[in-house]
Amino acid sequence: MRWSDFPILERKIYDRYPLVYLDNAATTQKPRQVVEAMTEEYFNVNANVHRGVHFLSQKATELHEASRETVRRFLNARSTSEIVFTRGTTESINLVASCFGQAFMKEGDEVIVSEMEHHSNIVSWQLLQARQGIRLRVCPITDDGLLRMDEFERLFSERTKLVSLTHVSNVLGTVNPVREIVRIAHEHGVPVLIDGAQSTPHMPVDVQAIDCDFFAFSGHKIYGPTGIGVLYGKEKWLDRIPPYMGGGEMIKTVSFEKTTFNDLPYKFEAGTPDYVASTGLACALDFVSETGFDAIQAHEHDLTAYAMERLMEVDGMKIFGPGIDAHDAVISFQVGNIHHLDMGTLLDRLGIAIRTGHHCAEPLMHRLGIEGTCRASFALYNTRKDVDALVDGIERVRQMF
Amino acid sequence: MNINEIQDEIIAEFSDFDDWMDRYQMLIDMGSEQPPLEDKYKTEQNLIDGCQSRVWLQADMIDGKLHFRAESDALIVKGIVALLVRVLSDHTPQEILDADLYFIDRIGLREHLSPTRSNGLGAMLKQMKMYALAFKTIQNS
Repeated sequence: MRWSDFPILERKIYDRYPLVYLDNAATTQKPRQVVEAMTEEYFNVNANVHRGVHFLSQKATELHEASRETVRRFLNARSTSEIVFTRGTTESINLVASCFGQAFMKEGDEVIVSEMEHHSNIVSWQLLQARQGIRLRVCPITDDGLLRMDEFERLFSERTKLVSLTHVSNVLGTVNPVREIVRIAHEHGVPVLIDGAQSTPHMPVDVQAIDCDFFAFSGHKIYGPTGIGVLYGKEKWLDRIPPYMGGGEMIKTVSFEKTTFNDLPYKFEAGTPDYVASTGLACALDFVSETGFDAIQAHEHDLTAYAMERLMEVDGMKIFGPGIDAHDAVISFQVGNIHHLDMGTLLDRLGIAIRTGHHCAEPLMHRLGIEGTCRASFALYNTRKDVDALVDGIERVRQMF
Repeated sequence: MNINEIQDEIIAEFSDFDDWMDRYQMLIDMGSEQPPLEDKYKTEQNLIDGCQSRVWLQADMIDGKLHFRAESDALIVKGIVALLVRVLSDHTPQEILDADLYFIDRIGLREHLSPTRSNGLGAMLKQMKMYALAFKTIQNS
């Protein structure tokens, strides 16, 4: 990784301040090579994929399918049939809620989620609840933001059909013990969906080692383009659940009497896929793999620990979530009585980008008894200098109140 | 003072400050100095939920003039709320409806009142005009 890979990091904010970008849990900045790969494809290769007999269509198809193979390798999935391209984590979760729900759930059946879920892993199930009368069981968390594993075990009943949990909390940075979660769920014969939006940028994910049944993540949170994401699903499940959307690409034969569906993963990919974004995503995953998770984790862990230590020097500082051992590169905090919106507005004027509010996790805010937090989140290009700028900024803001 | 005189006064107050942090300091001070809205007015009905911050707006008709009281849980927003109340409160519904709020642009607060900014201020301004329209309709009927 070179700084020059990320041109945006050199820009000034309000014509004056160097950018301190600490909103990486919302979206990451893009390395030059990702954007260039996509530009190159538009300028030199662009043609609609699959079924095209002409040269460009075949080249574009090769690129698109090579990207699928890159994703497979990145997650260590068994086969590319298990890699479905979606628009992002949200669509991936909705796909499972709709299609798994339709195939395997009826009124009174239960899905286990937790108090720390993002709205996308709550509302998707509530829609299914409205359509099919399923029930949500919610695993509580400790005051430190850890999953109550003792309670988790107790939530299973003969009506439990799926566990759907986040790998890493987008608010608290909590890293959940996904292998243990999957082991317990499988003991009860229940499959597991893992929301990997916040884990994939920061730690290696091996879906076979985790043994989860579904895994969702977004491209734009891992240095890739917006509008593309992935749903990994074990073939045995993807085979048995119905398609999500109908259209081209996802069919084998169509007649008004009987339509048959395409093989995996195309059964779930109706319409022209974003074959340029898939190239960008593959390029981003290669960029991460080349940088190496050993280096990324060492750097981000150091940065998170340093930030927690420096932030605690601020008078009135409260950091939410667990200690550094179970903590990913996300820090939610509050300073005295200063409203998070005031803090975010003022830091912004100093060129420091953080996120404020409920972070699409309102039930978690209710659990913590707060309206919102300030959230700083790190990526591999952040440095201790960014942390220092944040702490200096907070000190300056604090003195205004 | 009429609405434009108040606006000009505010523009003059802000013109002393070039730096944004100083302008925000002024808004924070204005927000802190504003008397809190009594709890009885902080009702669900008076609430304008801005996702990130909340604004409560109470409107009363006193001697043909519309009197506003408001508060927010975020101090910068509360400061801007105080400005809007200072400009629009205690004028007739017609004056409020006719008001061209140029001070917002002139002191650089436009972005805070845009519909994409989830602080409730844009909705508050709209609500103030709605009250003016409603009271005017009542007056005329």
